[in-house]
Amino acid sequence: MPTKVEKDTVTGTDTTGHEWDGIKELNTPLPRWWINVFYATVIWAIGYYVVYPAIPGLNSHTDGLWDWTARKQLATQMEAVQADRAQWMDKLASTPLDQIPQDAALMEFAVAGGRAAFADNCAPCHGSGGAGGPGYPNLLDDDWLWGGTLDNIHTTVAHGVRWSADADTRVTEMPRFGVDGILDKNQINDAAEFVLSLSGGGSDKDAAARGQQVFAENCAACHGESGQGTRELGAPRLADAIWLYGGDKASVVQSITGARAGVMPAWAGRLDEATIRQLAIYVHSQGGGE
Amino acid sequence: MSTLPPSLAGKAARASADDQPLYADRVRVYPQRVRGVFRRFKWAALIVLLAIYYLAPWLRWDRGPGAPDQALLIDMPARRAYFFSIEIWPQEVYYLTGLLILAAIGLFLVTSLFGRVWCGYACPQTVWTDLFMWVERLVEGDRNARMRLDKAPWSVAKAFRMVLKHSIWIAIAAATGGAWVMYFTDAPTLVVDMAHLNVSGATLFFIGLFTATTYLLGGIAREQVCTYMCPWPRFQAAMFDEDTLIVTYESWRGETRGKHKAGDPWEGRGHCVDCRQCVNVCPTGIDIREGNQLECIGCGLCIDACNTIMDKLSLPRGLVRFDTVSNQIARAKGGAAPFRLFRPRTLIYTAVLLLVAGVMAFGLGTRSTLDVNVLRDRNPLFVTLSDGTIRNGYTFKILNRARADRAFALTVEGMPEATISVIGGDSDTERLVLTARPDRVETYRVLVRAPRGQLTGDSTPLRFVLIETLADGEIAVQDTVFRGPR
Repeated sequence: MPTKVEKDTVTGTDTTGHEWDGIKELNTPLPRWWINVFYATVIWAIGYYVVYPAIPGLNSHTDGLWDWTARKQLATQMEAVQADRAQWMDKLASTPLDQIPQDAALMEFAVAGGRAAFADNCAPCHGSGGAGGPGYPNLLDDDWLWGGTLDNIHTTVAHGVRWSADADTRVTEMPRFGVDGILDKNQINDAAEFVLSLSGGGSDKDAAARGQQVFAENCAACHGESGQGTRELGAPRLADAIWLYGGDKASVVQSITGARAGVMPAWAGRLDEATIRQLAIYVHSQGGGE
Repeated sequence: MSTLPPSLAGKAARASADDQPLYADRVRVYPQRVRGVFRRFKWAALIVLLAIYYLAPWLRWDRGPGAPDQALLIDMPARRAYFFSIEIWPQEVYYLTGLLILAAIGLFLVTSLFGRVWCGYACPQTVWTDLFMWVERLVEGDRNARMRLDKAPWSVAKAFRMVLKHSIWIAIAAATGGAWVMYFTDAPTLVVDMAHLNVSGATLFFIGLFTATTYLLGGIAREQVCTYMCPWPRFQAAMFDEDTLIVTYESWRGETRGKHKAGDPWEGRGHCVDCRQCVNVCPTGIDIREGNQLECIGCGLCIDACNTIMDKLSLPRGLVRFDTVSNQIARAKGGAAPFRLFRPRTLIYTAVLLLVAGVMAFGLGTRSTLDVNVLRDRNPLFVTLSDGTIRNGYTFKILNRARADRAFALTVEGMPEATISVIGGDSDTERLVLTARPDRVETYRVLVRAPRGQLTGDSTPLRFVLIETLADGEIAVQDTVFRGPR
């Protein structure tokens, strides 16, 4: 409580009467309209309580006069975005697949949408950049199990690989040469050495020479005489630097012994045709497309 | 107080505390009309500045087909700013920074030389307040008439004048807000759209916002803006020194002040007749005879007022004058101190000003219409291809600031056997042809492929060279790296 209001001798201004350790505070009055602006903002703030959701209850909250929530606003905005996109999506679904690359604007839309759809649906297995991992193909390189044209990629995305629920899915089955007793351990070892030698690898030339015979009798039907692979059968090319399950000898031996059969879901039915096309175009545009 | 009985002494102390409340009511200022050199200069500044503000958006500048032809335009949706022949992209916002620095240093320089001439003549707050006061004077009369009108009880005549005044104010404010928006959109189109009541909500909002602020700040708040809101008066003292020209009162000549009757001698007294004309004309309502103060905007209207009185009294002009503190001290002693234009302070400000202006001029002069941005893929860092070669992906952006279609040849340096491809174009070549549409950023996905033998470690320096396929075409070079296995 101010008690000793006095006039400051230097400035001629009254003090507020407050004093702390001999320091006195000059009374320099604030303009009254200024403090009134402060009160006005307080009243303005009450308006927020009235029109916006504000006061929490046990299970809910007051809705406010405007019945606004961020979630409702988002829903409205998303609807507007979807409506905006609809004409592009329709065009994407109705244009023949091979003619889409001629339309630069449509391509831009497809690649941008494909990037988002890829992150949502494909990245868990193929990686966010599409580089894949052991067992999950790298989509950026020039080696394709089932073909790398736009049409091939579209078919793979739509119908999946070894996805039994889809009648048109891509299916192939490599025999389990070791597990099922078709080849013995030595034959498998020789075949593995031969396979490695196709791309300049392997260490045992004699074994590789023996393995050539094993390969010709058991593997060449699908993988080709020189290991060039057969895309119609999804049989990988073995004579290159790319190995889906690893290119060391142990991995190759394991592949021959137990076979490999990666599975990819069919996306037709889960995603609409336009989104699948976006995905195919996006993957095709990442460097490996043929 | 000593005459009060002891029983009332306590109450007197309390009353004194109550007399000095913590909040002060506004003291209305009723500036009186004034004539003179500074008033004429202030009118001239007002007319010139308002003319610039209202007419500048109408200036045209031909930039060719498809480009806006408004000389001054900030096109927010298209992310472009136009200033006559200069077109600024968002990446070049540093030119705006440079302009702001130039403005700040320029203000420091002018203030250290001539005091607050910005506040007195050029600040929008001063210009619009002056305009609003002129309207007020036209409608309600001069100082005394206005004071009478404010005190008078409400009547039809008073209400009419008030409504008329505020209507004109709001009209001016609306014109101000409208003109502001014209700097952000094509002015003639906007006027036609407004005539057809066909303007967007955002446009209306900004017109409304600037109408409201103009009306409130220029009409209602006035000198309160300068005294309480503006930071400039608070630190202007840092630019002042004893050689700065400020509005001064020659107290050595004016004091002792007092009323003067015609025929009385001037000996033994000061030249100030305490007519309070200097106070009456002041737009911020202060008394300049108390010395330089925070509220003084340095407009010099008090000088005009005092000179008018001095002329009537046949005394020398300049009792209130633009002068330096050092000259006033010297003159009080019968001497004179020359105005020093060149002082360390002003020289430093000038040097910095010239430096920044030089850097900006150099930047603008050597500004190219071509730029490239290269973003190397980070996920994955590289891709191994079937034949064992390594491939890196780059997002390659060509910023074409010219208003023409352009073609470029792209090559890489650093790995002789490297080949380049572009998605949707040529593959595995040494030289790619890329095109860019006018005034656009073109984005390409460029792939560089190199045998492993070309790599030095897991990171090999790589340089993109983009050459315009013209005789005197521009060249853009961007250094990056090529990543590979360890």
